[in-house]
Amino acid sequence: MTTSSRLPEPFGQGGGANLADILERVLDKGVVIAGDIRINLLDIELLTVKLRLIVVSVDKAKEMGIDWWEDDPALSSRAHRNELARENAELRERLERLEQLAPAGKAARGQEEAP
Amino acid sequence: MTTLRYVYAVCRPFRSALQAQLTGVAGVPPKQLTHHGLVAVVSTVPEADFGEAPLRAHLEDLDWLTVTARAHQQVIDALTAVTTPLPLRLGTVFRDDSGVRTMMEAREEDFRRVLDRLEGRVEWGVKVFVEREPAQDAEPGPPEHGAQSGRDYLRRRRMQTRAHEDVWQRATEFAGRLHEKLSAFAEDSRLHAPQSAALSGASGQNVLNAAYLVPRADSEEFVELVDREKDDAPGIRVELTGPWAAYSFTGEFAEEPEVER
Repeated sequence: MTTSSRLPEPFGQGGGANLADILERVLDKGVVIAGDIRINLLDIELLTVKLRLIVVSVDKAKEMGIDWWEDDPALSSRAHRNELARENAELRERLERLEQLAPAGKAARGQEEAP
Repeated sequence: MTTLRYVYAVCRPFRSALQAQLTGVAGVPPKQLTHHGLVAVVSTVPEADFGEAPLRAHLEDLDWLTVTARAHQQVIDALTAVTTPLPLRLGTVFRDDSGVRTMMEAREEDFRRVLDRLEGRVEWGVKVFVEREPAQDAEPGPPEHGAQSGRDYLRRRRMQTRAHEDVWQRATEFAGRLHEKLSAFAEDSRLHAPQSAALSGASGQNVLNAAYLVPRADSEEFVELVDREKDDAPGIRVELTGPWAAYSFTGEFAEEPEVER
């Protein structure tokens, strides 16, 4: 078959295609037609969580100081990823607050947060 | 076994045969269903996997989703090699052929309009990443030894952030210029949300994730353009994917109004 002889060889597709590239297209970009089997992809809770992981907004993540998803192997175990994110964000927020309470330079270590 | 019809794409009739060994989402070769001069590419799938409840359950399973998405994409890829397919979203399922025909008839005008616009065009994906510098990966101290205060942690983070900001700024500027050049060449372009590394497995942070609609005949030139641009970008990585079916450019295909049938 040579109809597409002018087309360069595919880049990064086939077996080695980036899963995120494929999912972002087949789940998020194709034409939406309501079939006889009605599935709203947005209703699927876990799937939605996963898609948020694929296309996290970098600005938002940076703003929040979140980069845990870059290295965290726990992500692939799919169980606690959501909790992990929340916990991380909470911990960092808490650290920020603690630092504000001790601006003089002495660590706030061991102290309870001011009531 | 009760079976259903899974639809991959709608396109105009094409002469070339699809690869003989091509299989779809349930391991069955896709076939063509022609109706009013349009072709739906469909395959038979078991209701046990693609009925509403099992499909919903499967979609929660990343492994199943991965295999299915790749199979879906493989069919779309094969079609892209021989024609201009209008790719449907994963999981478009009908009871039988007549359900597919009814849908084609109802959306005939929309299909024709979008197919005309996309005819002979493909989509190229271009992503720009900021490479992580090795020095930044090294932790200044072993975090598990001795209690680290929140101050220390945050101070370290700030230093890392500052060092990273230069590269970051260069990368976003580079991405902006690149996008400008590429969209001037392409017929149309779309900016997508950056990808996280969790699923992409790519190193570095994604600062540009764009799609360009390019006539097939100009694709070689587009690829060369991307190649030239990525040469003068130290610390910044450019990734090109494609040719894809024009997934990102089906937007003008209005979504069906929600009606109960």
